Amino acid sequence: MSGTYFAILAILVLAAFVLGAQRARGLRGDLGGALHSLPAYHGLYIAAAVLTAMMAIYVVAAPLAEHYIVSQALGAVDSSTATEQMQRDATLRDIQNLVAGLYQGEPSDTLKAGAAAYSSASSLTFWGLNGLGTLAGLAVIFWGLGRIRPELRARNHFEHFVKYVLLACSAVAVLTTIGILLSVVFEAAQFFSKVSPIDFLFGLQWSPQTAMRADQVGSSGAFGIVPLIVGTLLITIIAMLVAGPLGLFSAIYMAEYATPRIRAIVKPILEILAGIPTVVLGFFAALTVAPLIRGTGQSLGLDVASESALAAGLVMGMMIIPFVSSLSDDVINAVPQSLRDGSYAMGATKSETIKKVVLPAALPGIVSAFMLAISRAVGETMIVVMAAGLAANLTINPLAAVTTVTVQIKTLLVGDQEFDSAKTLSAFALGLVLFFFTLALNYIALKIVQRYREQYD
Amino acid sequence: MTDTVIAAPRRLGNSDALVARRYRSERRFKFYGIAAIAVTAVFLVLLFADILAKGLPAFMEHRLTLPMKVDQAAIDPQNSKDPKVIRAGDFDGPIRQAFRDLFPDVTSRADRKKLMGLLSSGAADDFRAMVVRDPALIGHDAKVPVLMSDDADQYLKGRQTGVEKFPGIGTMTAAAEGEQFKLTTDAAALPTPGDIVRLNGGAFRVLSIGNGVLLAEQLTAPKSLAPAASGTWDILRFTVPESSRRIDDQEALWLEHLKEQGLAQSNIAWRFFTSGDSREPELAGIRGALMGSILTLLVTLFLCLPIGVAAAIYLEEFAPKNRLTQIIELNINNLAAVPSIVFGLLGLAMFLNFFGLPRSAPLVGGLVLALLVLPTIIIASRAALRAVPPSIKEAALGVGASHQQAIFHHVLPLAMPGIMTGTIIGMAHALGETAPLLMIGMVAFIVDIPGSFTEAATVLPIQIYLWSDLPEIAFQSKTAGAIIVLLAFLFVMNAAAIMLRKRFERRW
Repeated sequence: MSGTYFAILAILVLAAFVLGAQRARGLRGDLGGALHSLPAYHGLYIAAAVLTAMMAIYVVAAPLAEHYIVSQALGAVDSSTATEQMQRDATLRDIQNLVAGLYQGEPSDTLKAGAAAYSSASSLTFWGLNGLGTLAGLAVIFWGLGRIRPELRARNHFEHFVKYVLLACSAVAVLTTIGILLSVVFEAAQFFSKVSPIDFLFGLQWSPQTAMRADQVGSSGAFGIVPLIVGTLLITIIAMLVAGPLGLFSAIYMAEYATPRIRAIVKPILEILAGIPTVVLGFFAALTVAPLIRGTGQSLGLDVASESALAAGLVMGMMIIPFVSSLSDDVINAVPQSLRDGSYAMGATKSETIKKVVLPAALPGIVSAFMLAISRAVGETMIVVMAAGLAANLTINPLAAVTTVTVQIKTLLVGDQEFDSAKTLSAFALGLVLFFFTLALNYIALKIVQRYREQYD
Repeated sequence: MTDTVIAAPRRLGNSDALVARRYRSERRFKFYGIAAIAVTAVFLVLLFADILAKGLPAFMEHRLTLPMKVDQAAIDPQNSKDPKVIRAGDFDGPIRQAFRDLFPDVTSRADRKKLMGLLSSGAADDFRAMVVRDPALIGHDAKVPVLMSDDADQYLKGRQTGVEKFPGIGTMTAAAEGEQFKLTTDAAALPTPGDIVRLNGGAFRVLSIGNGVLLAEQLTAPKSLAPAASGTWDILRFTVPESSRRIDDQEALWLEHLKEQGLAQSNIAWRFFTSGDSREPELAGIRGALMGSILTLLVTLFLCLPIGVAAAIYLEEFAPKNRLTQIIELNINNLAAVPSIVFGLLGLAMFLNFFGLPRSAPLVGGLVLALLVLPTIIIASRAALRAVPPSIKEAALGVGASHQQAIFHHVLPLAMPGIMTGTIIGMAHALGETAPLLMIGMVAFIVDIPGSFTEAATVLPIQIYLWSDLPEIAFQSKTAGAIIVLLAFLFVMNAAAIMLRKRFERRW
């Protein structure tokens, strides 16, 4: 249905452009070139009008048509079966399969009736929608052609339209944020109507799986987020212990010591590291680093879990080195040269200058770089999905298996889902926590950087 | 201020030592920087070396070349030459028969089953394709390629165990002693327990050694028990004990036999690129995932390039300095830092549950990834637009162009290389993204190659994730192979971005 509609739309828009431009060109020929706008703008003006009108019709009418088809089809089937949402969906799927010729087995008579109603409603709306769109498009073309006059400010009108299109495109970012908020908040709200937020935020036990079986003791499941937070923080801390020093020292070296030639070699290394997909790092963590750590630990007589927090943390640290180093590099470079020159004039060596003058001056920026890196580590999914465990152990032992917020979101939502169980909904509550945590970190980091920039501007 | 302590002036006599210490600390500090970079580089090298070592064997596979007659009765009894009939013919039976004929000694049911286990369950596919392509082969002799099972393949690649072969020096005699055999030799170098002695067409596994006499059990019956002269017998030693590999000694002996006969060869595994996913490691390929990735990225590109560039133009050139603009800018910066899995939640709740778009479809994956990389593209495009000197725009305005004409006719074309660079980098990011696509169900086991934007599909990173979870060693190798392909794509994309930047970079 949509394919035909958009084909008609494309043809009419093109026709509008060609006709409009031709009409304007004709006018110019008659009048000797006294048009306000170039002929092409007249064409574009009408084309834009057609596009707007037909898109508006589609946006309004298509969902209505869909609704009409569904209600007709389900109305033809016995209405008593169509009370339950689940059953309605199943019936609808059967009908659609029957219409498409994919139905397995012999359909019942009611199903056949439903399919017939579905087909007739579909063809009705097909003709209705396409006819309406075509009529509207043609009407707009005739209206526009009638409006074309030498003094028509077609360019200004069209540019006005373009400006709104540009604005709409940049509003997509805002819509995305709103979409994220809506989807996460709505489902999380449903979750919090089943589980109290206090239990969620302060509970020490996380075992959503038990919620599957309603007849069991403790069937409500335990949704205490504390073990997840502790696990996430444990892995993040390990990652920052790796990425902090390594990233900061490479940034210092790159900004203060490295010759342009060395920079030209080292910068790509860090860029390559930043460009490696996390699933690759996860594979490396799970199949190479984790067994290595386990083997080393066992030879030292330590009890190391095969999915230790250490392996995931180490590799994640490697992943965020480029973030730390490139952000720190920027802020170190932003420290005015006069501060360094002053320090050298006092007789300080280069390292003394860096330690006593440059780093203190760059400290706010470095702190914000670390915060951005932490938010990156907290939100990272694949490395921990592949290398960290699933069991929510409340421990700070880096050799034990812990789980993280992102791992749990992934585990809860991959596979079959029921959107009324607390188990599935809890993933959205975790998403909400994750979203606001990273947002807060980023916001603070950005504010720090802004204030710091003002200091030296 | 009363407790200010005035430091005593430092004695000049110490200054040499002090200077030396300060220089030492200077060198140390510089060393830390070099060390940090070196550790990072070493990690990168280790990562690549590990993946190459694991993944390169995935691009090779072992096939048997079985000389056999293409049997008319089994394939096309009515001689119809109809491809449909040929395709439905029995190709498995003849292959199995031909393979069994290579080992006439193997008679027991259990052993035969074990022998057949060396062949892939899809062994007949190549044969079928060959005959369908060339029906003239029916009734003639042909050399038929037969795919080996993943375990056999791994063994032949030397990834199950190392094999050492020692030629027999001296005479070796085998004599039956009850269930077992006694091997006597005058050789100086004796086998150790666990080794396999092959003589007179039979094979014996050494159990124990005492006084130059080897107690052994029979794996394959020898043709005779006559003394074997120097050079006619040999010793096989496996570096990995039988209990910790998936190919036992008997199977290993068969495979060694095939290798020595020159029947098992290593070929390039084009299958890896031409077939979809499979439960059998030797049959699994990445074509489905590659197609899924391409379809998904097409959707992403067609959405986020126009929207991203339009947004960048608006924000850079037309946006009034007001609250709405501020909100949009803040939003873009924040979106760039939202964890990717949260975009997956958006896709699941909005696109799948609310709008009812199909699960696992490249369309939805592309939508989610477009939203994910949109900030990257907007930021890169804005930088590219800003890099075009204002004099260009002013000159256009000066000769009477409207603001939009100046931007679209003059500034945008000059900013295009920068925008394309940013777009390619954004696409590379999208290609490697996994987590949000897991959320929208692109994680299913999909054998068919997806052909449209709404069919169920998976993408390359998710194929990697799925394979990495499987227990078979061969899948580990496939995983690393898929990673190599993914990294190659990323490398090409980034190289293209760098070329573009170098080629069109202008100093104004």
